[in-house]
Formats: sequence, structure tokens, C-alpha cells
Amino acid sequence: MADELLIEIVTPEKIAFNGAVEEITIPGTEGEFGVLRGHAPLLSSLEIGILSFVKDGKRMFYAVNTGYAEVTTSKVTILVETAERSDMIDKGRAQRAKDRAEEELSKMDKSDMDYENIRAALMRAIARLNAADRSN
Amino acid sequence: MAALKDIKRKVDAVQKTKQITRAMNMVAASKFKNAQLRMEHFRPYATKFMEVLNSLALRVEADSHPLLAVREPNRIRVICMTADRGLCGGFNTNLHKMTERFIKEKTAEGKEVQLIPVGKKGRDYFKKKVSIINDRADVFGKFDMTLAVDISDDVIPSFIKGDYDELYIIYNEFINVSTQRPVAVRLFPLPSIGKDTDVDPEARLDYIYEPSDEALLERLLPMYVHVLLFRALLETSAGENGARMAAMDNATRNCEELISSLTLKYNKARQAAITAELMDIVGGTEALAKG
Repeated sequence: MADELLIEIVTPEKIAFNGAVEEITIPGTEGEFGVLRGHAPLLSSLEIGILSFVKDGKRMFYAVNTGYAEVTTSKVTILVETAERSDMIDKGRAQRAKDRAEEELSKMDKSDMDYENIRAALMRAIARLNAADRSN
Repeated sequence: MAALKDIKRKVDAVQKTKQITRAMNMVAASKFKNAQLRMEHFRPYATKFMEVLNSLALRVEADSHPLLAVREPNRIRVICMTADRGLCGGFNTNLHKMTERFIKEKTAEGKEVQLIPVGKKGRDYFKKKVSIINDRADVFGKFDMTLAVDISDDVIPSFIKGDYDELYIIYNEFINVSTQRPVAVRLFPLPSIGKDTDVDPEARLDYIYEPSDEALLERLLPMYVHVLLFRALLETSAGENGARMAAMDNATRNCEELISSLTLKYNKARQAAITAELMDIVGGTEALAKG
């Protein structure tokens, strides 16, 4: 198929996905953006959030951590520190992580050294919950 | 007869030790395989990451980033990455020695040195000897990228704030199963990147950068630190188990040698006892016949 786009999702532990898809939606720093085959070359950093792509007419969701996406006309390489497929996510654990982070955040103020870290943890938990909700 | 029993007991004890060392060898072998697999899986990530970082660094005047700031190195921090457990030959000892020498040298130059031990053995060894901060023990049982991120969170903000001027990491570089080499590498200020690569800047694709190329580099640099630390963690974990495999293999072999020499001694002693008894009997009958 001429309009297929090759994507590769690479994490430090493994290559999370490698294959041809129809379309991919990426949580970029400047906002979410979609990529089809023939996109102009682009290098964008990613936010903690949900990455999704359509393969064989089916949309798959991944909760991703910070990283970047390298887009060329025929290939997208996503490099992220973690990527979890939505149906592999343990919702209970994500919910607990979210509750814990929220509780800790409510006790600190913004000048705290750990504030940014906890906030990132909260973002990750929310992204994972959202991704899990969107599967099936 | 007492000597015979003693030797027998010794043989049994060594036999048991041998069983243990052999079991440890097998456990280390399976852990080593795992660690090696993780190193292999990490390689594509690291390679891809460096490619992009280098091509980006070629475009941007990177020297302005706070992680690259060169200051008079008066206060130094050293990450010493050891294993959590012992019984792996000289793996930890070599690191301790190197770290001690390093600290001594720097202190002699009038610098203030603080140690960040990662891994239990190093923490325990240096606890009472030098000033330590942000220590992490019992980390190698099960670790992932989060550990590298956590360590970075300890060292990056304080470097940017100017709490210290240089950061080194001392760890065992993994060469192969039986060889690990302790190395000291400067982490901060980060050595300039992309300068020594042979990528032709013209040959690179011209990207749209989102956000700007500078902002992108700023985001990638902490990730670069994660990559460096994670690689050191993986190498330590593989090296530790490789070293333990070799050490336990040696120990098993030594046990075998000991057992065979003890068995020989036992047989000799037994034979001597039998001969002595026979002599007694022969002597006794002769005396009777004469009488």
C-alpha cells in the first residue's frame, strides 16, 4: 500500500512497536499532531501523554513518557523512555499512583525541589489511566 | 583413627561448599544472560538517540546550556557505582580502590569532594570514610530507566544551581564476561557533543524543529544524562554477574582440587591404619608362636 507509514517506537528496554500503519497521532510539546505518509521532515519533543496510531483500521493507544519523534517522509521514529500499550496497563496501579501524587502535591508548594518530579509522576499516571480507558 | 574422621568431615564440608558455589555460578549465569539481553535491547535506543543529539548539536551553539557550563572545579561530586552484593571477585574492591585514590588526589589538590554511592557495597564501604550524599543501596535487584532518571534528578538541579562544579562517575566498564575495567568518566560539565562526529552537516535532512532547535536540545540533554547513567547501570549489572560467574567457577574448581587432595590423604591414612593393624596382628601371632 502506497499510503502506509513506517513507524518504530523505541524504548530503552525494547522496541515497543515496529511496523506499517496508516496514521499516527503524536503528543508533541507544541500540541498533539497527526502524521501521514509524505509529511515534511520534523523533529519534535514529546510530552507525557497518549500516542495512538491506526493499523489495519484499528486504533491502538500507548501511554508514553518524555522523548522525541523524528519524522521523515516515509518513516517515524519515536524515542521515549517508556511506552505502554493500553491493554497492558494496570489500571489499579495507575490509579493508586495518581492518588498518591495528588496527595503529595496538595502538601507542597511550587518552590519545593520535588514539585516538578511529583507533577510529572501525576501526569504519567493520568496518561496511563486515559490510555487504558481508550482501549477496546 | 581420629585423624581419619577429621579428614572425612573436612571432605564433606568442602563438598557442601562446592554445591553452593556451583549453584551461585548458575544463578549468576542466568542473571548475566538477562543483563546482557537488556544491554542489547538498549543499544538501538542509545544509538538512535546519539544520532539525533549529534545532528542537533551541529546546528545549535550548545555551549550555552547550564549542563555544559565550565566552572572552576572546587567542589566535586563522584558517583561510585558498585554492586549490591559481594562474592564477585575483585569487582567491588577494584572500584573502592580507584575511588579512594581519586578522592585522595582531588582532596590533595585542595578540592572538596562528595561521594554519591550507588549500590550497597560502595555505600557500606565509604559510609564512615568520606562525606556521602544521595546514596542509593539495593538497587540492582530490579531496576529500569526510572532509576537512571532518579539519579539524574539528584544531580542535575544541584549542578545547575551551582552547588558543585564537576561530576564524575566511577564504574566498571563491561568488556566481556570475565573482564571489567574500572573507569572514571567526567559527566558534568557535559563534554561538548557533536564536535567530533564525522556526520556531514549538509547531508543531514533539514527538519522542522518543534519547539525551536535550542529548546529541543535543552530537553534532550537531560535525556542524554539518563542514557549515560542507564548504560553505566546496565554495564555494572552485567559486569557484576559476569564477575560472580568467574569467581564462583574458580571457587568450584578449587573445591574440587581440595576434595581430591583430601580424599588422597584420607585413603593414605586409611591404608596406613590397616597396615598398622596388620603389623600388630602379625607381631602378636609371632610372639604367641614363640612363647
